[in-house]
Amino acid sequence: MKTTPSIMAGIGLKIPAIFFSVALTFLGLLFITFFIGRVVPIDPVLAAVGDRATPEVYERMRIELGLHLPLYQQFWIYLLKVFQGDFGMSVLTANPVLKDIQRVFPATLELATVATAIGVLVGIPFGIIGAVFRGRWPDHILRVVSLFGYSVPVFWLGLVGLLIFYGRLDIAPGPGRIEVFYEGMVDPVTGLLVVDALLAGEWDICKNALAHLVLPASILGYFSTAYISRMTRSFMLDQLEQEYITTARVKGIAEWRVICIHALGNVRIPLITVVALSYASLLEGSVLTETVFAWPGLGMYLTQSLLSADMNAVLGATIVVGGVFIGVNLLSDLLYKIFDPRARM
Amino acid sequence: MEPLLTVENLQVSFTSHHRTVDAVRGLSFTMGREKLGIVGESGSGKSVTARAILGLVGSPGKVEAEKLVFDGQDLLAADPATWRSIRGRRIAMVMQDPKFSLNPVMKVGAQIVEACRAHSKMSRTQAREEALAMLRAVQIRNAERVFHLYPHQVSGGMGQRIMIAMMLITSPDLLIADEPTSALDVTVQLQLLAIMDDLVSQQGMGLIFISHDLHLVASFCDRVIIMYGGQVMEVCDAAELQNAGHPYTQGLLSCMPSIDRKQQVLPVLQRQEAWLNKM
Repeated sequence: MKTTPSIMAGIGLKIPAIFFSVALTFLGLLFITFFIGRVVPIDPVLAAVGDRATPEVYERMRIELGLHLPLYQQFWIYLLKVFQGDFGMSVLTANPVLKDIQRVFPATLELATVATAIGVLVGIPFGIIGAVFRGRWPDHILRVVSLFGYSVPVFWLGLVGLLIFYGRLDIAPGPGRIEVFYEGMVDPVTGLLVVDALLAGEWDICKNALAHLVLPASILGYFSTAYISRMTRSFMLDQLEQEYITTARVKGIAEWRVICIHALGNVRIPLITVVALSYASLLEGSVLTETVFAWPGLGMYLTQSLLSADMNAVLGATIVVGGVFIGVNLLSDLLYKIFDPRARM
Repeated sequence: MEPLLTVENLQVSFTSHHRTVDAVRGLSFTMGREKLGIVGESGSGKSVTARAILGLVGSPGKVEAEKLVFDGQDLLAADPATWRSIRGRRIAMVMQDPKFSLNPVMKVGAQIVEACRAHSKMSRTQAREEALAMLRAVQIRNAERVFHLYPHQVSGGMGQRIMIAMMLITSPDLLIADEPTSALDVTVQLQLLAIMDDLVSQQGMGLIFISHDLHLVASFCDRVIIMYGGQVMEVCDAAELQNAGHPYTQGLLSCMPSIDRKQQVLPVLQRQEAWLNKM
């Protein structure tokens, strides 16, 4: 009797190899963002001291920021600082960039996660129905619905949503993450307002935060539903043509089993990539939606920093976005190995 | 004796935007619990016939027949629930290539257990025992180990044995084998046929053996149907195949290379439109 290997080893995960590849990717990411940040014709000194500063003040600031050193030294210093969790100070908010990101990222995370959950929970069944009823009326209806979500700009949908549900019907709360009245009433533990309020046992605040989340998350979720359902439908049609589906039918099992166990068991493998990519792109922060809903997230922070030439903040936020991409990719690799026995080499 | 399967004037056609393709045109045959071979070139309608008998011709295919009766049951009038009780339980099918006909993300054991439990209220452990016994019956030595493998981890021959085990576990009355050995190499082919032959004879079921290999069919089956262009050219006893009268059958036979007749140029198969009944 052989000993049972750990789950990680059982699905063929090699931890050191993964660690090495992640570290390398992250280093490359830092390298590229740093040099692009230095190459762009934005003068960080000017942004800090303003255009009316004397040459002495300007020069002193340049030395203070370390910009008089050769680029590779600047990069080395930056690297060391980043590994200590120091992304420098934001000129715009006068806070450490890391602290800013800790404040804005959870807002985006909250929105993106709920939107993706909607996309998965609605989009996958829609896609399955579309494929099963291919060419018949349920398929046509779902196709029109998802084509609409796919082609209408998100910010327009957001404005119309606000106009109807907040302006006219008054059943949804207005823009923002929470009523001004409740602002700052719960200690940020995770930064996710709904979770924090729940942890603090503040039921009203939790309900309020949740209510504020519904409209923007539904609108982003509609977009991701449209995308996920289209992809699910096409993957599903592809799988339903396969011989093993005929085998399953020959066995005389119920049709729902053929579709939900046999076909979907294979469809979920390519779907991992689709969902992961759409989640990652939402985690970048959807600037337009965040602007329309006054949602203080990463997308808004990044845009504002960029507009005011706040390079430390731009670099920091970009690295976070890149890190999120690496993380989501890692997660989808892991799911691949769980769902697809052929990937466990 | 009541025949096991009666097919009368079976027509299968596929309609696309611009044209209609008639895959099977007026096929008729009856069979008992015997081994019936269906031979023909690619595209002669063999596989479509098999799928029509199982009600698995999906849209845009259309199946029509004067009679399609299996063991006294009219298949033309069968609803989805009836089909489910027939498929797997009464009629099963082994397909060409186990690489494609087994679900790649499901362990083979689970796939056999599923076939077993689809038709009987059996507990999981009981079904598992049945599946293991069935794997041993198709001469898989290490049944416990194979039970936990995924399809990509087994060889083609092993995969096809698993497929046979999965299809015979419910002891159906009719097994359709649609070119079951075409994807395997020659040494494994005979092994597999021997296993299948044993089980089919033991359980006394009918077998429709679809192939393009005349010799194989002649040595394996009782009767042979020769198909061309979706129609039956000739039905003859397998033993009498060498003396078959139809020019198409003669053509097929003379196209086959033989070790005795060395360096002989093989004739090109002649096909004549006149053999097909105009409709």
